[in-house]
Amino acid sequence: MSDAPKTDDTDVTVADAEVTEIEAPEVPAPPPGVPITVNGETVHATPGRMLIDACEDAGVYVPRFCYHPRMTPVGMCRMCLVEVDTGRGPALQPSCMLTVSDGMIVDTESEATKKAQDGVLELLLINHPLDCPVCDKGGECPLQDQTMSYGPGESRFIEEKRHFEKPIPINDNVFLDRERCILCDRCTRFAQEVAGDPLIHFIDRGNNTQVNTFPDDPFSSHFSGNTVQICPVGALTAKPYRFKARPWDLTEIESTYPNAMGDRITIQSSRNEVLRYLGVDSDAVNWGWLADRDRFSFESTMNEARLTAPLVRGGGLGAPDPAGAELVGSTWSAALAQVAAALDAARVNPSSIGVIGGARLTNEGQYAWAKLAKGVLGTDNVDAQLGDGIPADVLCALPRATIAEACAPGGTVVIIGTDPKEELGTLYLRLRHAAIHDDVKLIELTATETGLSRQASMSLRVRPGDLGVVADAIVRGDETAEIGLTSTADIAAAHAALNAADQVTVIVGSGSLAEHTALTVEAINAFASRSKVKFLSALRRGNVHGAIDLGLAPGLLPGRTSLEAGRSWFNDKWPTTPAETGHDTAAMLAAAATGKIDVLVLLGADPLIDFPDPELARAGLAGARMVVAVDLFANDSVYAFADVVLPAAACGEKSGSHTNLEGRVSAVRQKVTPPGTARADWMIAAEVAMHLGEDLGFESSTEVTDEIAAVSPLHAHATAAAIEDAADGVLLGNASTGGPARFVWQDLGAPSPATPLDRYSFRLCIDRTMYDHGTLTLSAPSLAPLAAPGSVRLHPSDANALGVVDGSAVRLSSKRASVEGPVVVDARVARGVAAIAHNHAGLDARALIELDAPVTDIRIETL
Amino acid sequence: MVERIVTKRFDNVNAHELAEYEATGGYQALRKALNMTPTQVHDEVKAASLLGRGGAGFPAGVKWGFCPPNKWPRYLVVNGDESEPGTYKDRQLLERDPHMIIEGCLLACYAVGLTQCFLYIRGEMAHAQERVAKALNDAYAAGYVGKNVLGTDFSVDIVLHWGAGAYIVGEETALIESLEGNRGMPRLKPPFFPAAVGLYGQPTIVNNVETLANLPWIIDNGADAFAAMGAENSKGTRVFAVSGHVNNPGVFEVEFGVTTFRDIIEKPEYAGGVRDGKKLKAFIPGGASAIWFFDEHLDLPLEKAAIDQAGSMLGSGAIVVMDEDTDMVRAAHNIVRFFARESCGKCTPCREGTTWLERILSRIIAGHGRPSDLSLLTEVCDNISPGMAWPPRMTTICPLGPSAVSPIASVIERFRNEFDEYITLSDRSLIEVTAAGGGA
Repeated sequence: MSDAPKTDDTDVTVADAEVTEIEAPEVPAPPPGVPITVNGETVHATPGRMLIDACEDAGVYVPRFCYHPRMTPVGMCRMCLVEVDTGRGPALQPSCMLTVSDGMIVDTESEATKKAQDGVLELLLINHPLDCPVCDKGGECPLQDQTMSYGPGESRFIEEKRHFEKPIPINDNVFLDRERCILCDRCTRFAQEVAGDPLIHFIDRGNNTQVNTFPDDPFSSHFSGNTVQICPVGALTAKPYRFKARPWDLTEIESTYPNAMGDRITIQSSRNEVLRYLGVDSDAVNWGWLADRDRFSFESTMNEARLTAPLVRGGGLGAPDPAGAELVGSTWSAALAQVAAALDAARVNPSSIGVIGGARLTNEGQYAWAKLAKGVLGTDNVDAQLGDGIPADVLCALPRATIAEACAPGGTVVIIGTDPKEELGTLYLRLRHAAIHDDVKLIELTATETGLSRQASMSLRVRPGDLGVVADAIVRGDETAEIGLTSTADIAAAHAALNAADQVTVIVGSGSLAEHTALTVEAINAFASRSKVKFLSALRRGNVHGAIDLGLAPGLLPGRTSLEAGRSWFNDKWPTTPAETGHDTAAMLAAAATGKIDVLVLLGADPLIDFPDPELARAGLAGARMVVAVDLFANDSVYAFADVVLPAAACGEKSGSHTNLEGRVSAVRQKVTPPGTARADWMIAAEVAMHLGEDLGFESSTEVTDEIAAVSPLHAHATAAAIEDAADGVLLGNASTGGPARFVWQDLGAPSPATPLDRYSFRLCIDRTMYDHGTLTLSAPSLAPLAAPGSVRLHPSDANALGVVDGSAVRLSSKRASVEGPVVVDARVARGVAAIAHNHAGLDARALIELDAPVTDIRIETL
Repeated sequence: MVERIVTKRFDNVNAHELAEYEATGGYQALRKALNMTPTQVHDEVKAASLLGRGGAGFPAGVKWGFCPPNKWPRYLVVNGDESEPGTYKDRQLLERDPHMIIEGCLLACYAVGLTQCFLYIRGEMAHAQERVAKALNDAYAAGYVGKNVLGTDFSVDIVLHWGAGAYIVGEETALIESLEGNRGMPRLKPPFFPAAVGLYGQPTIVNNVETLANLPWIIDNGADAFAAMGAENSKGTRVFAVSGHVNNPGVFEVEFGVTTFRDIIEKPEYAGGVRDGKKLKAFIPGGASAIWFFDEHLDLPLEKAAIDQAGSMLGSGAIVVMDEDTDMVRAAHNIVRFFARESCGKCTPCREGTTWLERILSRIIAGHGRPSDLSLLTEVCDNISPGMAWPPRMTTICPLGPSAVSPIASVIERFRNEFDEYITLSDRSLIEVTAAGGGA
């Protein structure tokens, strides 16, 4: 008996082996997940996946209003009811609340399902005003669309509909029409769950339920525009788009918003006018969300104050100004000739040429200007940052984390030198989600509480100036006494948390303007000495990471390589390379102030506002023999000092690519034509070169992209075709693919302790807010009013000790200067710190900064 | 008359005072229980087969065992948000004998090893709140509640929480939301039971006031004595609130499962018959949510299974009697209006549907009914509770919406003539004449 089966077994095995050998390639692997039946078809779905999503994966759309894949299901609208049989007979179940299980039989088209859909839509419509002809949502309205597809033909409701006051503003830019609202809980869930600003809520109950703000407390969220985008009816509308267009008149294109996150957007326009940006749900980046500052910023590019033609000081077309005091309209040929003549004269001594800015350009614009400056003119005086960031060579030496790595479940993230909620809106949303839903531990080391403090597992107050020492103590586990504001216990706890963590991501912001950059570098150095650490730069200015990757910094060449290491590589590819390492912005301005700069090019830069020392900025701009500005607007620096102004194209008006903070290169696409004769930055660089008798070697934006891929090993995979095809962009990463050596991190040793404080002084912290007096905010009418007036924020106990209250006028004095401004009492500020947001009306604290000292201490007197 | 278990002190006007409660055997069950092991107490309650008195009628002792092991802390939440129209038994218990409820809480906590209890009392029951607050303070002062109860290792805190006035908070998950400080809206299911995920995400036992009121007696007298009363599947006694057109409305404690509707409505020691010798037209057997009963149901016993089988529910123990003069359209409207007002607004069918039903009924009563309204009422009901079946199938998260369907389902067939009268009287020509006359 035992023999027979054995023989059989052997036979089977042989047969199986033969079958396997012959047919294996043709047998498909079993699909992952468990089998479920959707409308009679068997499909495979992951257990635990929401049924509504599993149906969609199977090509069956289930109508819905309240369900949103980026938010917790609430099962309110009941539109997604489908008939489900899990073994106990078919029953109507909301598919947004039911997860997939083995053998589930789903019928989304059964009589019972259709009756339920009919019923819910009829009920939703009984109180919904049918004002579609005057509703902004008409034509792109899920209620309208789904009523057409799934609803009853007519209503049997003859009573009077529910009435509310027609649209009420819930903040400066968003209007709420409660009659149209179908109470899906999307906006209110977004406010509470995603943005963390629970300022809109359901009030009253039953049929009288309405969404509203608390009395006298507007929905002042940096992210309110997202509620308009996800509203399934026309209940929420945004001022910048209200009554501007009908959806069927809009055409659209997908692009990348020029912020450091590289948020994916859809640009919509009508008749060559951009009317709306919508967030695109990109898994890698912004998940469909946008900060209001970015969403509504299209208004600034549509602003009539945009530069539309070249300007030349004194000369020009039409009415020249013989005194040479005014900027007067000119032609491209005249303006370019003037620029070329000056550059040609200056190029004998390349170090007399400087280029400041470029962080707002596309990768193509940045590469073209880098090639013009470094590869043609031979100057290394190029800096995309304005002394308000992190040295490029430091950033290039750090292993770069991705957003996904930072937000990976169970991870640990250290945040220094930034409040992501104020600086990088969608990064804040991603980190907040990771902390709440994915058990990511946030450890923040900041001088004031941030938007993430409530989600942080540790929110430590660090006095400006102590960051390097505190970071060092945390990494090494120093058992010494407290450091400034940070207690020994906090340091020990943070050390333990860091020790317990496997991979750590450090998010590094640019820190306070009043702190020397070296302090941020000290902190970076402390964390870099740990193994298994990666860094995510939180520099916020536009495409600053593209600028660093493409060499718009002193001592750098494209591909994150140093001048020394990359010289021989680039000598084959460019006409020349700089002979020596150049100046950063501060050194350039200092050189210009002493007459050593002949031509200073400002690429979308406003040193008078952005550079930490306005006096030096003014002296430098005045001292440069010729200032050439390439910009969208005549900003303060341009207006006062530019000799030639070349108008550039803005977001939506040019194509190319953008690099975000994790090194993701994604497509920037053109939707409308630039105003007047404004043109793309790479084109301006190419034309300047042409007037110099040189050829940069490209005639289209894609040719520039491909040249970047050809000359920079870092960008080898980021060809124009690859970027065009990749929905989430091309991640540059850190892996070297040959070519010149890259920066290597060098341990700088332990940082020096901070200077002691005098008992009566406050330490100055100049931080940043979402809405400041930057050109782009001020030129967008919907955003400009959101910039609060300047103030000095003090901890309540400090305010009490000084005898000041909200609005009290005080004089702030450092060794260098005195300024005056009003007080705002703010418990989020650490004791002993005077926090002032940079670039707000009425209080410019930069005058106080002692530039050579690591930190600035100030006295505060009441007036 | 059967021995009264939970209403035994109702004749004593001072029973709410601690001294009087102690003098009438109060807190003896607690002392007895503290000399037993928690498991013994739990087993005693299980053996008594005490069914939950909140409406669903699930055995309390079994429910206590549903918490997932090793998940602590867990909580006891007492559902005192009694708001079903016609129901006022818990209010009486809380007002007249608050210490008995507190003792019940203590016994439950001891049996299951809990140290934290939340007593949620409906917002409108001001008198009950005051009485319970006073009783709780006295009990703390006397060492019955708090740290080391009566000098033992057993410690328990009882928190008194006043509701904000929403009927839906009687639904246990909505009650938990309200207790957490949120808007009282039912939670999504699954998880189906708070025993798994409840207050603050922890295992939570939710018990009705009357359920807990039985515990002191059970511990005092033993499970056998309790189980000796009542029917096979309905042990002990049960309190019913009879209201409406009866001679003697009130709260009556009867032997569970044995007494019939006819007994409790007609017997002189209970409600004493229909008012003024009128005939009974209909009665609601278990609160406003229940399907109505009529003459032919009078001999059903007050027992869950029998009433379920007859197509309604025993629910919260509220019997509302309507005599032959009752206008059934207005009666149905009254109850539908209650549910429309109390809908929390979460699910579309309930939020929009109940209001629509109410407005159609109002219009009919106001004399503007149309012949098509009856089929429309049925259709709207069908969209809230497909098939208008019993037990209801729902398109909503909780049963509030389907509850509003019950009165319409109950009367629309049987008393169609009353609707027809309203609708015939609303002859359009008459209305137009009136309107024109008013204009001229």
